[in-house]
Amino acid sequence: MQQDFNFINRSVFDLDDYSADEIMYILEAAKGMKEINLREYKKIPTLRGKTVCTLFIENSTRTRMSFELAASRLSADVVSFQESTSALSKGESLQDTVYTLNAMGIDLYVIRHGSPGSPQLVNKYSGKPVINGGDGRHAHPTQALLDIFSIWERIGSIKGLKITIVGDILNSRVVRSNLIGMKKLGASVTVCGPRTLMPGHMEEVYGCRVEYDLKTALKDADCVMGLRMQLERQTEGLFPSLEEYTKHYVLSKDTIKWAKKDALIMHPGPMNRGVEILPEIADSSQSIITEQVANGVAVRMALLFLILGGKA
Amino acid sequence: MKKLIKNGTVYYKGAFVKKDILINKDKIAEIKDKITAAADETIDAKGKYIFPGFVDIHCHLRDPGQTYKEDIITGTKAAAKGGFTTVCAMPNTDPVIDNIAAVEFVQRRAKDLGFCKVKVIGAITKQIEGKEISEMASMQEGGIVAVSDDGHCVQNGKLMMNCMKYAANFKIPVIIHAEDYNLAGKGQIHSGKIASKLGLSGIPAIAEEVIIARDIMLAESTKASLHVAHVSSVKALDLIRQAKEKGLPVTCEVTPHHLLLNEEACVKFDTNTKCKPPLRSETDRLALLEALNSGLIDCIATDHAPHADYEKELEFDKAPFGINGFEAAFASLYTHLVAKGLLSLERLIAAMTSAPAALLGLKAGVIEKGGPADICIADLKGKVTLTTDNMLSKAKNTPWLGKPLQGKIITTICDGKITWQG
Repeated sequence: MQQDFNFINRSVFDLDDYSADEIMYILEAAKGMKEINLREYKKIPTLRGKTVCTLFIENSTRTRMSFELAASRLSADVVSFQESTSALSKGESLQDTVYTLNAMGIDLYVIRHGSPGSPQLVNKYSGKPVINGGDGRHAHPTQALLDIFSIWERIGSIKGLKITIVGDILNSRVVRSNLIGMKKLGASVTVCGPRTLMPGHMEEVYGCRVEYDLKTALKDADCVMGLRMQLERQTEGLFPSLEEYTKHYVLSKDTIKWAKKDALIMHPGPMNRGVEILPEIADSSQSIITEQVANGVAVRMALLFLILGGKA
Repeated sequence: MKKLIKNGTVYYKGAFVKKDILINKDKIAEIKDKITAAADETIDAKGKYIFPGFVDIHCHLRDPGQTYKEDIITGTKAAAKGGFTTVCAMPNTDPVIDNIAAVEFVQRRAKDLGFCKVKVIGAITKQIEGKEISEMASMQEGGIVAVSDDGHCVQNGKLMMNCMKYAANFKIPVIIHAEDYNLAGKGQIHSGKIASKLGLSGIPAIAEEVIIARDIMLAESTKASLHVAHVSSVKALDLIRQAKEKGLPVTCEVTPHHLLLNEEACVKFDTNTKCKPPLRSETDRLALLEALNSGLIDCIATDHAPHADYEKELEFDKAPFGINGFEAAFASLYTHLVAKGLLSLERLIAAMTSAPAALLGLKAGVIEKGGPADICIADLKGKVTLTTDNMLSKAKNTPWLGKPLQGKIITTICDGKITWQG
């Protein structure tokens, strides 16, 4: 593998800015980071003196904790900015918030925001690298990286795999980033859900397969990912009831049989047990859902390390 | 005070011909191959093109009430720089132009301070709330040239029918911003492949089309004349074509941005590409261009919609809709359509002058003896690059910012007075 990849001060808005080789390089780096996380003393001094700001304008406990742990384990200082306690709720613009934070000497921002494209804005106004921690329905590149890492670690390669993602495709940033990353690494991806939760032009934009029938979608899948089904979608008139959704799209012992034997079961969390996935599947030996969470910290450590130029 | 414009190529009676033009006070006194009469001022337009002053039947001057975005002075200065001598201001100001006093206020301000003629469009409904018919007839006495709830759309079909009946009664043209609010939802850009990729909510073309279909049927039943603002989709054009073939009094306009840009322009989250209706697919754009060429689309209107920097420098889904139009209109269309052979200069000029003027019955848009001395002179080889420093509009929200264009308006004359020179 080439060794001259340069990640220094690059932002991660989405995976389309990264080549297949670069993505693999990040995964290799994450492998090293994972080893640190298994030590008794889970800390290395590599980013000492660097300051990471987690700028979370939309609620997220898991992703923020994962980033903050990742930064701490590399010895970076972490400051956290949350909507509830922030000036944004007092009407300050994102631009002014970034100017203010920047004046305090932030080296890298992690942003979670409900508006697509907001990481690009933070980068524009701060001049600092920004990692997208989820922007609306647009992208969630670190989730995609950890998903891909988890599959790669288990199976050894992404190329040629059949991966099926089931659920609310319309509202999922996880799907969009995964589609870009998985396609780049040579997987064939199928997305499945009811038509009301399926955005248009998916084949054209991502080169994926679109199925509305779960059985057809799961056929020969090496990997099956369920997505969180949100109750709000019901009041938006996108489907009539969770019961009816579950009846047609749940991942259960019965439906998972349609995929390959021992297919990996994944979910980005938080799960609605009994809605999109049954406990019998979520907690089964095929499931790598908790591994995904562990790998999230490693992948984020790798990105912070590469972008902020940590010394190995 | 006489001005003589010599040696220019003039758009005259539908064609480009070499003519001299003599202006006496605010009127065109003479148009001849050679004029030798003495004048106080002589402009040598050798190698230059002389057009009727452009006419824009759709703009937002934001005055009164939103003068942080634009006002009558900056708006009409920007218009003059773009070659416009007559513009029609939409009523969605604060307060709304829905009564004769408000109409007269805008007209007086424009007359006292303006750098071009401003015609007022009154609201269809009071406060553009879509609840009660506005005092259209009184506003007509005050001088309005049409009614529109632009930016808003009357959702109640029964009310719209009554508004159109009432407008027909006084022969007031009705201009619609076609948008079904439920179908448009919280949409940010065209409901197409870019919306799917960016995860932004889409505004489907059908949100526009169902209202156009409804209002064409209402126009047929009420005998109102209907003008569809900023048409943007293939099927919207189909509906208008059918209406015209039936002989209904239905017309439409297209904006420069819908002719020149498609949904791909939004891919970098540039809020200066965010507008309503949204920039649609390439198929839609090509159909608009074809319809402009064929005459199905009657005219070009800018929908000049200035917004302050701080409003546009927000997250994409929080920024307001609208594109700043006056200063880039001619140059962008000339550069990307005429210079590339996709549209004739004759058709472009007709669509920016005589055609829009005729739609609203304005005494404008033609160069003729005895007519108003409204003229713009263009250097078609001249380069223009809009920057935040050289724009005269208070707002800078144009996707053409920093992009080199060709086709420079070097002089604009309105009622015989020079309103722009550069």
